[in-house]
Amino acid sequence: MTFVLISSSGTMAMAVNFGYRRDRRKTAALMIATALFGMAFVGMQAFEWTKLIVEEGVRPWGNPMGAPQFGACFFMITGFHGLHVSAGVIMLLVVATKVLRGQYDRSGDYSAIEIAGLYWHFVDLVWVFIFAFFYLW
Amino acid sequence: MTHDTMSDHALPEPAPAHDSGRQHPIGLYLKVWAYLFVLSTLSYLVDYFQVHGVTRWTLIIVFMLLKAGLIVSIFMHMAWERLSLVYAILVPPLVLLVLVRIMIVESDYTFWTRIIFLGGGG
Repeated sequence: MTFVLISSSGTMAMAVNFGYRRDRRKTAALMIATALFGMAFVGMQAFEWTKLIVEEGVRPWGNPMGAPQFGACFFMITGFHGLHVSAGVIMLLVVATKVLRGQYDRSGDYSAIEIAGLYWHFVDLVWVFIFAFFYLW
Repeated sequence: MTHDTMSDHALPEPAPAHDSGRQHPIGLYLKVWAYLFVLSTLSYLVDYFQVHGVTRWTLIIVFMLLKAGLIVSIFMHMAWERLSLVYAILVPPLVLLVLVRIMIVESDYTFWTRIIFLGGGG
């Protein structure tokens, strides 16, 4: 999951770069690649949640393996993170469509790509912390 | 042509000297990507080799901070931002972390006060 999200950040950074070069097709292609990575990430997360809930019996109010607070923290934090990833995927697809349509060429303002990029990198950044503290600690 | 649209940040800055920094070669991003992969692998290896105790926490935090630094400075272009903006972004979270740290130090004291004087209600 970490590798998927890091890869998505890599493709997004390159998309922003091509956006500055006004290369519409490459920008849109890389953004769609980023969105696909994002979807893969959310899919893996759904898989992980299912395993935790169904097989290991972790609930927001309890955890058979240890401290009951783990369930609450884990589901709330990764849940909100996953929600932001999902929202990011939608935003990326919207912006990528607009890039392909040439909407930003007409207005001459490419900042939407940069903003989408910053949002996406921040979501990735948050995952770096979640990963360190929930999965490795 | 790309010059005037380049300064599309929150603050309208008059095309500074480091403006050329926006046109990085793609290789830079690929390199950072590779570094991030290596760092992630290393942090997985910490788990794999069952390193425990202080060594584990130190390694996890070091790899985490390195990754965060790479993402923020290169991918989010903070390395080419003005220093005042860098401080404006980084200092508040650091101050919060200091506050958290102070509260953690204090929590021990509160915990033991509860245990000793309130009959183990902690």
